[in-house]
Amino acid sequence: MDTFLWVVFPYLCLATFVVGHLWRYRYDKFGWTTRSSQLYENRLLRFGSPLFHFGMLGVVGGHVIGLLIPTAWTDFLGIDDHAYHLVAVIGGLAAGIATVVGMVILIYRRRTVGPVFSATTNMDKVMYAFLGAVIVLGMWNTIAGSILNLGGEYNYREGVSVWYRSFLAFQPQPELMATAPIGFQLHAFVAFVLFALWPFTRLVHVFSAPLGYLTRPYIVYRSRSTDRLGSTPPKRGWDRVG
Amino acid sequence: MRVMAQMAMVMNLDKCIGCHTCSVTCKQAWTNRAGTEYVWFNNVETRPGLGYPRRYEDQDQWEGGWVRKRNGRLALRAGGRFKKLLSIFSNPKMPSIEDYYEPWTYDYETLVRAPASDTFPVARPKSLLSGENMSIEWSANWDDNLAGSGEHAATDVMLKDIGEKVKLEFEQTFMFYLPRICEHCLNPSCAASCPSGAIYKRSEDGIVLVDQDRCRGWRMCISGCPYKKVYFNHKTGKAEKCTFCYPRIEVGIPTVCSETCVGRLRYIGLMLYDADKVLEAAAVEDDHDLYESQRSVFLDPNDPQVQREAAASGIPLDWVEAAKRSPVWKLINTYKVALPLHPEYRTMPMVWYIPPLSPVVDIIRDTGHDAEDKGNLFAAIEALRIPIGYLANLFTAGDIGPVDAVLRKLAAMRAYMRDINLGDEGDDAIAEAVGMSGTDMYEMFRLLAIAKYDERYVIPTAHAEQAHALEELATDCPVSEYGGGQQDLFGEGSGTPTPVAVENFRMLQDRQTADHMPENPMKGRVNLLNWDGKGRPGGLFPAREEEDRR
Repeated sequence: MDTFLWVVFPYLCLATFVVGHLWRYRYDKFGWTTRSSQLYENRLLRFGSPLFHFGMLGVVGGHVIGLLIPTAWTDFLGIDDHAYHLVAVIGGLAAGIATVVGMVILIYRRRTVGPVFSATTNMDKVMYAFLGAVIVLGMWNTIAGSILNLGGEYNYREGVSVWYRSFLAFQPQPELMATAPIGFQLHAFVAFVLFALWPFTRLVHVFSAPLGYLTRPYIVYRSRSTDRLGSTPPKRGWDRVG
Repeated sequence: MRVMAQMAMVMNLDKCIGCHTCSVTCKQAWTNRAGTEYVWFNNVETRPGLGYPRRYEDQDQWEGGWVRKRNGRLALRAGGRFKKLLSIFSNPKMPSIEDYYEPWTYDYETLVRAPASDTFPVARPKSLLSGENMSIEWSANWDDNLAGSGEHAATDVMLKDIGEKVKLEFEQTFMFYLPRICEHCLNPSCAASCPSGAIYKRSEDGIVLVDQDRCRGWRMCISGCPYKKVYFNHKTGKAEKCTFCYPRIEVGIPTVCSETCVGRLRYIGLMLYDADKVLEAAAVEDDHDLYESQRSVFLDPNDPQVQREAAASGIPLDWVEAAKRSPVWKLINTYKVALPLHPEYRTMPMVWYIPPLSPVVDIIRDTGHDAEDKGNLFAAIEALRIPIGYLANLFTAGDIGPVDAVLRKLAAMRAYMRDINLGDEGDDAIAEAVGMSGTDMYEMFRLLAIAKYDERYVIPTAHAEQAHALEELATDCPVSEYGGGQQDLFGEGSGTPTPVAVENFRMLQDRQTADHMPENPMKGRVNLLNWDGKGRPGGLFPAREEEDRR
């Protein structure tokens, strides 16, 4: 069971995540969008969306540090466990609260504003359920595990993080997850379901974060290229002659 | 010198009767889809009036276009790249649907389904966004013909500085129509605002397009365009805009709005310009100099040096020939009667306008004077500072001079032609009074009044050796159709794009006006053009297995 939960299933989800994105980028560039609903409503979005997204950037950054940087590295830099966790909990809590507040505003808006609600697809609803669950479980782990110390002390940097790195290195150590508290297990499990859903939802917009904007020239010139004329994509079949 | 070619348009506002045919045919051709109900690539505004979207010209509010910084360089008014990325999660300057209008349909079904009763059933308006009942309070031309002008037109942004006087003289007010499409600017701020780099300017003909496969729906172009001519398709989550009907232009036929214009007021032609000088010209210090500086960017196609440089820049010879015959070149540079719309946005717009003399003429005629007499017209242009100030706010950033000069030319043309129409010799003194010769004046009259189709639209085709693949011709090898098309998409966006040629309008019309539905319409073919993705139109999918067995 542990092998399935913490080896087979995560790899399946990871494979779906990677292959799904390649498939979608190849076949559905037209559908690859944020599907913004700002046109419908702006008063709630103006607060909810930046809170959620900036909070989320903090949360993701925190996860990258927490999961990918081994304890040995921070030890080498002379940062002791107490200092690390103090920074992690304060930073995590701030980002987490911003995310949750933003998310609550956005979900309230999505449900109560007529046009926004009618523009919500079934896939959106599924995605919101899993995204919400991951965020709530993550917040619970931070509050219950690290602040209130419910269920005893658990240092995820010696457990979950090590498992995650072993997972990415294709030498998984499922026993590390099997012994983690139930909160962490649930958080990781639901997160992997979300990763599997990811390529089929609007979340793909994360991968088109427009960082290239900072360096490209303002005005883009493009030629009507000879292999792709008009707006019709090149057709499969026999090659053109001449 | 880097010579580039630009498809440009000039509209003669004196001939616009405000019939909205351009808007309607454009909508039929391009935006009759879900998600674009509120979108008008072409719209016609009554001025003075608020325009569409409401008060779009108030750049203190919307922050579209460019500004000149103190160091003499251009910057996007809404802020640079970092600021754009930081506000990407909620664009603070994006108009909401109320600034356009909430699109609606009517509940026609109750008209035929309602049970018998003493009162007539009513088709109530339903919002196309939420599906709920709504009351209609605004639309794209709600203030048409100065409707509700006391309330609306008085808040027109262009009445700044002259507002009070206009209110006092509102009973003798003036009005004219302003048809607007995308300006296909030389320095487009929508493209500069796009974080994804999806908006591009075609290097062959300067048409500004949105790559639908690269647009990610960040919405910065919508606020970046000072003319508010980029729209957000709320169903697909992508930006859409006027395409200058590029599939038609490529094969040498004019845009749908021009083709169907009842007043024949639109002119399409090529302009050659020096791409290296655009930024410098857009950054001149005084707003009043922008009209002249933009004109200085254009290159004379009759100049042998320009011709050599054009050849070096890869512009085909027939395009240079077309540029020589371009009516747009004549109106902008030879006769100097066309003016850009809002040069102060510094985007170098390429749809220009001949300002209307009609407000002046109307006022003279209403006072019982001879509205074709040069003296009366010139005196009126002198006296009627309000309409002229207003036109200057639209076309020259408030500089009265160029507007005055154009109106004088139009007035002189009126007086000069009256003599000729009455069988007299044309009085060259009238032409000389506005710095033109009699022959020039007559030629200008011909171009403005009676020019034929091929004089109004001088459109060189895209190159013949590429023609087999151009969208509108579609004579590509039929074998390559196998497995072609965009089958990965669903709904009305699926399949290869339908060419928007006259033939298609006819086919559609034939079907719509037929007395009865044919048994098997179009031999098993399905019209996907009007299918909204709901339900299963017969013949689209193979029959289900259960149905087969039955």
